[in-house]
Amino acid sequence: MQIPFTVAPRPDTGVNNAKLGVWLFLASEVMLFGGLFSAYIFLRIGAPEWPGMVGGHAYERASDILNVPLATLNTMVLIGSSVTMVMSWASLAMQRFDRYRLYMGATIALGFVFLVVKAFEYGEKFSHGYLPAENNFLAIYFVLTGLHGLHVIGGILVNMYFMWPGARMWKTDPKRFTNRIEIAGLYWHFVDLVWIFLFPTIYLL
Amino acid sequence: MSDTGHSIEEIKKHVRVYMFVFASLAVLTVVTVVVGYLELPFAPALIVALLIATVKAGLVAAYFMHLVSEEQIVRWLVWLSLGLLLAMFLILSVYYVDQGGTEIFGF
Repeated sequence: MQIPFTVAPRPDTGVNNAKLGVWLFLASEVMLFGGLFSAYIFLRIGAPEWPGMVGGHAYERASDILNVPLATLNTMVLIGSSVTMVMSWASLAMQRFDRYRLYMGATIALGFVFLVVKAFEYGEKFSHGYLPAENNFLAIYFVLTGLHGLHVIGGILVNMYFMWPGARMWKTDPKRFTNRIEIAGLYWHFVDLVWIFLFPTIYLL
Repeated sequence: MSDTGHSIEEIKKHVRVYMFVFASLAVLTVVTVVVGYLELPFAPALIVALLIATVKAGLVAAYFMHLVSEEQIVRWLVWLSLGLLLAMFLILSVYYVDQGGTEIFGF
């Protein structure tokens, strides 16, 4: 069975079904991250001190425990990957498949850089015995950044599919393939967008 | 025309905008970190952080996610999800204050 309106816009919505589907998914993601973010705010304003006691020391600022320079680097990495992602779509729109490969490869590489930096950060916490069970601050830190990290992994898998096996579609149906990269980009930019809120509120406040 | 319905010239214009947005996001990230090191009290620090983050998120959504030129239905969907998020947050806030929470919101 042929899925309708994968390329042409549906007359009633004005967009193709794939794009509308991804936007609906992203709307649900707003509620998922928004719910957890709300939980963070309420835990925080209800706490007598924040981050509070970690490893037997009383901390007054999250930046005393978390590694701000590494997180700043990761913010730049993710923003950079958003640019390479949108450039991979623009390359296809300009019929430059060679450049698409280059930009998509860079997006995947930057995604891995983000995860490696995150792994260093987590490793640093684990080596001090700072685990989610330690206190509310570390629990919400691991839940929010962990869930975000899982989204990065998911995005990398999708991008890798479009970099290699999925790229065959460029030869058979270039318009549909370009659409696919645009909507894969929507997801990737959303992951960037979540981090834009997580970074200052968790690390810097 | 390319296969996406945009002319090559149009896409080239888009690319220039993407580079400008990238530079703005990088500058705003530096501003966020500098403000973080100022160690402002919690309430103003939160407001400034959220304000800068909202501007950055707006740039990403408007240009990288093409919301600026997207169909009405998608824009409505975004506003709806943000409205529902705000409603959830307000309901939780009322419940929180009702349970003898804190005066952080000033009520």
